Amino acid sequence: MPDAPVAARQQPRSPTDLFLSFTALALQGFGGVIAIAQRELVERKRWMTNEEFVEEWAVAQIMPGPNIVNMSINIGGRYFGLRGALAAVAGLLLAPLLIVLALALLYAQFAAHPGVVGALRGMGAVASGLIVATGLKLFPGLKKNALGMPICVGLGVLCFAAVALLRWPLAYVLLGLGTCACVLAYRRLDA
Amino acid sequence: MSTALPLAWADWFQLFTHFLSLSLLAVGGAIATAPDMHRFLVDEHGWLSDSQFNASIAIGQAAPGPNVLFIALLGWHVGLNTGSLGWALLGVLLSMLGIMLPSSALTFLASRWSHANRELRAVRAFKQGMAPIVIALLVATGWILASAHGDAARDWPLWLTTAVSTLVVWRTRLHLLWLLGAGAVLGWFGVL
Repeated sequence: MPDAPVAARQQPRSPTDLFLSFTALALQGFGGVIAIAQRELVERKRWMTNEEFVEEWAVAQIMPGPNIVNMSINIGGRYFGLRGALAAVAGLLLAPLLIVLALALLYAQFAAHPGVVGALRGMGAVASGLIVATGLKLFPGLKKNALGMPICVGLGVLCFAAVALLRWPLAYVLLGLGTCACVLAYRRLDA
Repeated sequence: MSTALPLAWADWFQLFTHFLSLSLLAVGGAIATAPDMHRFLVDEHGWLSDSQFNASIAIGQAAPGPNVLFIALLGWHVGLNTGSLGWALLGVLLSMLGIMLPSSALTFLASRWSHANRELRAVRAFKQGMAPIVIALLVATGWILASAHGDAARDWPLWLTTAVSTLVVWRTRLHLLWLLGAGAVLGWFGVL
């Protein structure tokens, strides 16, 4: 277990707190909530460390369904059981849903406007950068990983090549590389 | 679509069950199911037009919040095509419930189990082993989104924007909304 700086540790006060916190981060999360989630949950609220964030993210990623929704279920459920999970998911989805529906109504009229098309392109370009940067920021968290840095880097490079460059289906990559990684980690951990 | 789409309850039920069945296949996010959604809704049943499908994805990506909301928009547009706002809201409800219920229930149970057994060697090995892979996946996801920019020689301003925003987010604590706003403004004025 990675030892966290215990002194600074905080946690959500209530399901309402979870609901509002996830609403806030969902509303700031354009083009993927993961970047803002890392910043809010780890850097600002200090509910978890970078290592824990990655661990939760690993579970969220491997389970079917939207990663960030899975993440909110994990975190909400951790503190307040089913109520917490529901509060976090509702916070994550409710306000953005209303906005998305409003946008859909507007979009029909403005979809062809060159300014709108351009703005969406620009935001998309920024958003892809945000996601890459989140990965880079989480990377130092691997220092304490049981696999050791060289193996972590090797696995990371293979995974990137398979998914981003070769465009192999995600499920196969997760299954193949993931199994190797977990077996390696298992052998390196003390019983 | 000019004329209202006739959709019976049986059709709505079929839509709901199709989304249910895709839920557990959505490893890596709901967007992974987009190709099959397109096949089912547009090609097979003609419940949605191509442009409505693309608009749903575009708005889901551009709007704040999880991208899974594009699924809500698919349901919304199917409902609108039948001619009323009430059906559109039903479409939102059915599509979101369908895509979320199975995967969320499974995730909830799995996360409870893994937390209760977090000292187990296998659970620790899973989390430690998957960590480098999911981090690399994030970088890969960003890369794939950026590659949608197209040809680097022609679209270099977009690539440059992605590179700069990567650096800024990685190295500074500037609020992410400033960056998105800057991207939107540059795009609006046709710089990108």
